[in-house]
Amino acid sequence: MRPKTTATGMAAIALILAVSTACTSSSSSSPPSGGAKSSAGSSSSSASLAGFPRSQTLYTSGTAYAPPSNWNPFNIGNMATGTQGLVYEPLFLYDPIKNTYDPWLASSGTWNGNTYTMQVRNGVKWSDGTTLSGADVAYSINLAMTNKNSPFNSNVSTVKSATASRNTVTVTFNGTPGYSDWQDYLWKAPVVPQHVWSKLAPSQLFLAANTHPVGTGPMLLDTFNSTEVAYKDNTNWWAVSQLGLSFKFKYLVDVVNGSNNVELSALSAGQIDWSNNFLPGINQLVSGLNGAGGYNISTFYKKAPYMISANTAWLEPNTTKAPMSNVNFRKALAYAINPQQIVQAVYGGIVQAASPTGLVPTLSSYVDSNVVRQFGFSYNPSLAKQYLAKSGYSGQAITLEVPDGWTDWMAAIQVITSDLNDVGIKCTPIYPQQTARNSDLTSGNYDLAIDNNASMDSTPWSYFQRVYNLPILAQQTAQLNWERFSSPKDWSLVQQAGSTALTDTAKLDSIYSQLESDFLQQLPEIPLWYNGAWFQGNNQYWTNYPANGTSNENTPVMWYGYLGAMTSVYGLAQLKPAPPVKS
Amino acid sequence: MRRYFTRKVITYVLAFFVGASIDWGIPHLMPGNPVQLYLSNFNLKPAGYNALYQTMSQAFGTNLPLWQQYLHYWGGLLTGNWGVSFFDFPARVTTLIFQALPYTLALLVPAIVLSYIVGNKLGAAAARRRLLDNTVLPVGYLFQAIPYPWLALALPYLLGVVWHVFPISRGYDESLLPAFSWTFISSLLYHWFLPFLTVFLVSLGGWAIGMRNLVIYELENDSSRYLRALGASERVIRRYAYRSASLPQLSGLALQLGIVVGGNIVTEYAFDYPGLGHLIFQAISNEDYFLLQGIFIFIIIGVLIANFIIDIVYITVDPRTRLSMQGAPA
Repeated sequence: MRPKTTATGMAAIALILAVSTACTSSSSSSPPSGGAKSSAGSSSSSASLAGFPRSQTLYTSGTAYAPPSNWNPFNIGNMATGTQGLVYEPLFLYDPIKNTYDPWLASSGTWNGNTYTMQVRNGVKWSDGTTLSGADVAYSINLAMTNKNSPFNSNVSTVKSATASRNTVTVTFNGTPGYSDWQDYLWKAPVVPQHVWSKLAPSQLFLAANTHPVGTGPMLLDTFNSTEVAYKDNTNWWAVSQLGLSFKFKYLVDVVNGSNNVELSALSAGQIDWSNNFLPGINQLVSGLNGAGGYNISTFYKKAPYMISANTAWLEPNTTKAPMSNVNFRKALAYAINPQQIVQAVYGGIVQAASPTGLVPTLSSYVDSNVVRQFGFSYNPSLAKQYLAKSGYSGQAITLEVPDGWTDWMAAIQVITSDLNDVGIKCTPIYPQQTARNSDLTSGNYDLAIDNNASMDSTPWSYFQRVYNLPILAQQTAQLNWERFSSPKDWSLVQQAGSTALTDTAKLDSIYSQLESDFLQQLPEIPLWYNGAWFQGNNQYWTNYPANGTSNENTPVMWYGYLGAMTSVYGLAQLKPAPPVKS
Repeated sequence: MRRYFTRKVITYVLAFFVGASIDWGIPHLMPGNPVQLYLSNFNLKPAGYNALYQTMSQAFGTNLPLWQQYLHYWGGLLTGNWGVSFFDFPARVTTLIFQALPYTLALLVPAIVLSYIVGNKLGAAAARRRLLDNTVLPVGYLFQAIPYPWLALALPYLLGVVWHVFPISRGYDESLLPAFSWTFISSLLYHWFLPFLTVFLVSLGGWAIGMRNLVIYELENDSSRYLRALGASERVIRRYAYRSASLPQLSGLALQLGIVVGGNIVTEYAFDYPGLGHLIFQAISNEDYFLLQGIFIFIIIGVLIANFIIDIVYITVDPRTRLSMQGAPA
């Protein structure tokens, strides 16, 4: 009896050891590879290294929800963190705080009638040693034009041709250029090397895993496994000599997200330096203890709202269905809800209430204050009751839905339904699964929903496109006009705005002011609050995080659309190692 | 003997066929469409959306009629091509599973085996000593009655957040790269301990209670009385009683080990432990058909193999089964 159990015990211990070694070998030596072109073998050049020296490594989180497995810059919804921005770069960067476009891989770009000419920056090298040329840029534009699978295909729909002569790239357009679409292309799309991507079959443009990415960016893919992706410093990065930017960290490790409590404890314990997770209650760590609570955590603003406003959460009424089809009913909704209550009770002040137009604060220069003064709305239950009386609402029960598990929105709609019930609108909150909720919204099979389709952008154009896009299909698959509001006049205004040169500010201002005025009078969507570009940095190992009123006033976000499009890369370059802790 | 095994093998093949078919059917009959969910975070315009929708549907074969998808599924299953994951595109399902499997096995096999050994010993001892019976048993009931999620919160809170003894999440320290080195293995063990402890503790009570009752029953059995009448020492009697009492426990153990390959969703989610349970959770929330199918096929195979092994083990440890196979009355 006795020897036998000992044997079992030994076997159990042996198993632990065997398995632990098995697990080490399996996660380091088998990088996931898809059906796409990706040669086997780890891309790691420092695989022999046991780990990352803490003082030379920046740990980030809040972007990846799946193990990193592709570095394809065209797979914009699924690529590993940093693919765009750390490896691939755009032609320009958009600075939402200063509202400027900074030359990046292009050193300049000018319109001349219907032709756009740009100079591609000299002295930029791909990570395989080849020089970036105008031909690479022209190739990237042509790739977007000819390959329907490119997510930038619609950005270049008015482009006729793009040709290169040395470092000069000339882009001609068919008829009136789609200025806004093209401008978006300039700061959102990656420039890819022709000598690599031209070898790829067109069908693979989107599907390739691209596990050995060749880019121009500040970092090189070092290694990856199921829980993180690691980049290391690209010492040949052009901006070091040309713009004097450099990363003080040698490695950047982006960790796949765990649950909220895991992320919060990892941040406060200093395991994560730069977190883009939504962490409810972070304001208490930042301000409640007056920064003296030992947490040493920075946010972009020192006080409420702490975060840069990133997108507009709005109440989305199904405008094809009674009573939501009635404009007075929608006005009743708008006046009945108290967003301030949501901001405080649900978010603890880390978001802010939306302005009536719903345009995020970085776009405030486009907001016509006269229009807002005249047609804007605010919390006013008695006015809500008046509109409700005019709407002919007969007491129908309606529902308000958000995806199950989105805890902040679930709490928010409890506040909203209670506000609505107070003015006499019978509304109940429901929480379907996300897939079911998506299918409800895309097929127009809902009453009210919370949504945040329009995110921070360089102009109000994409915002109004999301509101007014026509035609309305049985399945509104793209995230446009899910409220199914039909206003051909406003849709034509949006199209006009898209084909107006960005320099023609007088015309753009008048179009946007008309759109704002129509928006406020029709209320196809009811803006409630701005979700934040969630960011919190721990100062234990790195300091000088992006913050308002400092020299580092940059977007502190690693998400796609920010890194490699807005100014996150400047923010990373300004981080400094924290002085050693005195003990 | 041969007849016995032929019959078993046929049963297993049938069970596998039915199991695998259900495994295919459930995700495919779920409402919603994974390609649509996949593209929902792309922010595309209608034309671009439609182009990508077609490309993705073709790449995954979800544009084919269901019967064709079903045939492809079997084709892939038998040739080892389990497809490509949606949520972690374009990682192969088998790659993801084999990445996660070691964590799950290392966590659950020791927890189950050790709790089995310790629990049975405790239970058997409790059956004989009143003092132990009065202490071990209530504690066992307590651990068995504690809702696991509560324990998975309370232990890491105390040992991780308050006392900083153990890390509360992930499989190993983020600053390390998987390598066959003492630093890495110690980090692995360090992160492994808390989740292990919670699973170990909740399983312990059940085994102890079960064993205690079985041993008491066996000690009062006619065979034990007979042994006693023959003048055998209490020690010998206890040993026989323990062996008989182990039988039902053993089949319980086998079943638990069989479903081990499915991971433990709650544990792995609570501790952010990168095993199969964690993967199942992600596969379900992303409607990742292929990943979900792959993991469940794994579970089906695991349960069938475990059953098969327990059949064989029973033959060796239980003389009655052996006799019945040879045609003698049990």
